[in-house]
Amino acid sequence: MAITPPPERVWWNIPIARTEITWIVIAFAWGLLMFSAMIYWHIEGEQNLSNESYRTTPAAFSEKANAMVEQYQVREEAGMPVVHPPPGSDVYMIARLWQWWPILEFEKDQTYRLHLSSMDWQHGFSLQPVNINLQVHPNYDMVVTLTPNESGEFGVVCNEFCGIGHHNMIGKIYVTE
Amino acid sequence: MSDFNHRVCPATGLRIHKSAENLIKANAVVAIVFLAVGGLFGLMVALTRWPGVHLLPADWFYLVLTGHGLDVLLVWIIFFEMAVLYFASAILLNSRLAGPRWGWAAFALMLVGAIMTNVAVLQGNSSVMFTSYVPMQAAPHFYLGLVLFAVGALIGCFVFFGTLVVAKQEKTYKGSIPLVTFGAMTAAIIAVFTIASGAIILVPTFLWSVGIIGNIDTLMYKTIWWAMGHSSQQINVAAHVSLWYLIAAVVLGSKPLSEKVSRMAFLMYILFLQLASAHHLLVEPGISSSWKIFNTSYAMYLAVLGSMIHGMSIPGAIESAQRARGFTNGLFEWLRKAPWGNPAFSGMFMSLVMFGFLGGITGVVLGTEQINLIMHNTLYVPGHFHATVVAGTTLTFMAATYLIVPLIFQRELIMKGLARWQPYLFGLGVMGISVFMMGAGTLGVPRRVWDITGADALIKYDYSGAAYLMMGLNGISAIMAALGGLLFVIIIVGSVLFGKRTGDKPLEGMTMTTAANYGSDEHPKIPGTVVLVAIFFTAFILYYFVNWKYLAEVWPLR
Amino acid sequence: MSDAEHSNPPDDENERIPAMQQLLDNPFLLLFLGVVMPTVFYLIWGIMEIISIPIAK
Repeated sequence: MAITPPPERVWWNIPIARTEITWIVIAFAWGLLMFSAMIYWHIEGEQNLSNESYRTTPAAFSEKANAMVEQYQVREEAGMPVVHPPPGSDVYMIARLWQWWPILEFEKDQTYRLHLSSMDWQHGFSLQPVNINLQVHPNYDMVVTLTPNESGEFGVVCNEFCGIGHHNMIGKIYVTE
Repeated sequence: MSDFNHRVCPATGLRIHKSAENLIKANAVVAIVFLAVGGLFGLMVALTRWPGVHLLPADWFYLVLTGHGLDVLLVWIIFFEMAVLYFASAILLNSRLAGPRWGWAAFALMLVGAIMTNVAVLQGNSSVMFTSYVPMQAAPHFYLGLVLFAVGALIGCFVFFGTLVVAKQEKTYKGSIPLVTFGAMTAAIIAVFTIASGAIILVPTFLWSVGIIGNIDTLMYKTIWWAMGHSSQQINVAAHVSLWYLIAAVVLGSKPLSEKVSRMAFLMYILFLQLASAHHLLVEPGISSSWKIFNTSYAMYLAVLGSMIHGMSIPGAIESAQRARGFTNGLFEWLRKAPWGNPAFSGMFMSLVMFGFLGGITGVVLGTEQINLIMHNTLYVPGHFHATVVAGTTLTFMAATYLIVPLIFQRELIMKGLARWQPYLFGLGVMGISVFMMGAGTLGVPRRVWDITGADALIKYDYSGAAYLMMGLNGISAIMAALGGLLFVIIIVGSVLFGKRTGDKPLEGMTMTTAANYGSDEHPKIPGTVVLVAIFFTAFILYYFVNWKYLAEVWPLR
Repeated sequence: MSDAEHSNPPDDENERIPAMQQLLDNPFLLLFLGVVMPTVFYLIWGIMEIISIPIAK
C-alpha cells in the first residue's frame, strides 16, 4: 500500500503495465508538442512579446512622453491631452497613480512602437475589450510594436493593484479608420 | 528504543509517539483557526465584488483581500503541511520524531510570525496584497512576520528530514520509505527552495521598510518573490497528491499500480515543478522568451507529465482495489459503488477531478507564454488558482482531516450526517467560484479591483452585462463555499472537543475491508480509468487549441 | 493495513539495488537536485537576464 514500504526489496525492476507506459508516452509527446507550439508561434504567430526593453528613469521617460504630446496633441478630453502620433513612430504612455497618460489615437492597420513605463508603483496595462495584458514597471521602458486591426474606442484598465485609487485608473485609446 | 511515550494504533499497528502526535494536533488546530479567519475574509471579498451587493468600502476591501491571501494561501496551508510532514515521517515510518523541541520552536515561530503579519494587515497600513510588490511599502512587521513564519517552516522541514534519518538508523521500517512519505519528502524539498527564496527577498525588503536599504529593483523583487510565491503552491501540489494516495490507501486499501512510476512522477516534481514560478513573469519587460519558454513549461512540460501520470495511477489504484473487492461489472461499477458517503473519500475524489480538469488544464493554458497575454492579471488567474489551491489542496486537506480526527485525536465525528454532505457543498461552491471568475476574466474583468463600474473614474470603461452576471454568480458560489467551510470548522472543532472517544476502533465506518492482495497479477486491468483519462485528455487538447484561436484574434503585436 | 502484503516471497538479499532506486532512496541527494535545478535555471538565469537589460538612449 501507499502508506507502507514497498513489499519488494528491489521494486525498480518490476515491469510497468502496458496501459501505464502507453499513457506516459502519449503524455510526454503532448508535452513536447505544447513546448514546440510556443516556439512555432514566435516564428509564424502574430502575437508575441519582442522582449525589447530598456532601463530608464521616470524623469527621462516623462520627458519623452511630454515631447510627443507637445508635438502631436490634437484635442483635450476629460482634462487630458489626446495625441495622434504618425504611424510607425515611437509612442509613449505613462502609468502613474491613478491615470494612463495621455489618451492615444491610432489609425487602423498602422503599426506603432508603444513604450510603457510607470512613474511610481507597478501597474497593469489591460486593453479592453481586446484583452491584451502587460505588466508596467517603474524604471523599465517596455516597447511593444502593435498594429490595431479594428477601429473604435478602447479602455485601458489597470489590473495590477496600485493602492486605494486603483479601480479609478482607466485610460483610453482610440483607433480611427 | 524506549517503550514510553507512545501508543500503538489499533487500526494500523503503528507506534504513535506522543511527541509527534502532539505536534500534529497543534499544527492542525492552528491551521483550521486560520482557515476560518481567512475563509471569512474570502467571503467578504466575493460579496464586495458582487456588484449588486458591494459589501465593503474600498480601503476595507483591499485590507481584507490582503488578509485573505495571507491566511488561506500561506498560513492555513503551511500549518497543515507541517502536520502532514510529521504524520508522513514519524507515524508512517513507525518512528520517533527527530528533535521534537525543534518542532515546537518551528511551531512557535510560525505562530508568532502569522499573528504579527495579521496584526500589521489589520492595523490598516499594510494593504499591499499577498504579493507586496515593491515599491509599494507595508509596515516593517508585515515583512518581519513573514520572515519568522518562513524560518519556522524551514525548521519544520528539517525536523522531517531528521526523522527520515532517525527512522533509517533505528530500522523502524524495512526497505524504501512508503510512497506517501516519498511524496511528503517531495513537498519538503520544494519547501526548502521556496523558503530560502522567500528569505533572500523578504529580508532585504524588511531592511528597506525600516530605511536601511534605499531601493529594491522591481523586476528583481518579482522574480525572486515568485520563486517563493509560486513554489509554495507547488509544495501544496506535492502534499495533496501524497494525501490522495494516502486516503485511497486508508479508505479502500488500494495499492499503487507501480511504485516505480509513481515515484518517478514525484521526481519530475522535485526537478521541474519549481521552474513554473515563471508563470508570473510572462508579460514582464526585459526577460527573454528563451527563459520564459523553458521555465514556464517546466522544462518541456516534464512536471505536467508527472501530474498526468498521477492522474492515471491514483484512480487506477482505486479501480483495481474496488475490482479486487468484486465490483467488476461494466466500466464504472467500481466508481458507482465507491464510498461516496465517506467525506474523506468524496472530498479526495472531487479534489482529484477538479484539480485535473479545472486547475490543471487551465494552468497549462494560462502558463503558455503567448496565451498569457490575453489572461494575465485578469480574474482568470484567481479563477485558475482557486481550482488548484482550494478545490485541490484545501478540499484534500479537509478530506484528510476526516481521517486525522479518529486516528490522531482519537475522537469520533459529531454530526456524521452533515459531514457526509460537507465536501459536496464546499466542492460545488469552489467549482462555481473558479468557473465564474475564469469566465469574468475572459471578459476582461481585472483581479484585485474594488469596483468595476468605474463610478468615480474620470474616464469610464463599461464591461459587458455577462461580466456582471459572472460576478454575481461568483458571489453566490462563494456563499455556498463559505457555508461548506463553516460546516467543516464546526464539525471538526466539535468532534475534537466533544466527540466520543474512539477507543479500539478509531476507523469504524471510515474504511472498507482491505483489498485482497493481487498475488502474481501485478498489473490489474483498469478500463474505467482509461476511459476517464481519455475524457480528460480530449478536454485538455480542445481547450488548449481553442485558446490559441482566441489569441490569434487579438491585435498583432511583437 | 494488514501484513498480508509482506508475505510475498523474499527478494534475494544479494540482488544489487539499481542506481535509479538508490537515487530515489536518498533524500539528501534529491534535496540537492531539487534546490540546484530551480536555482540555476530559474533564479540565476533570470537574474542574469535582468542585469543585462540595456539602458535607454
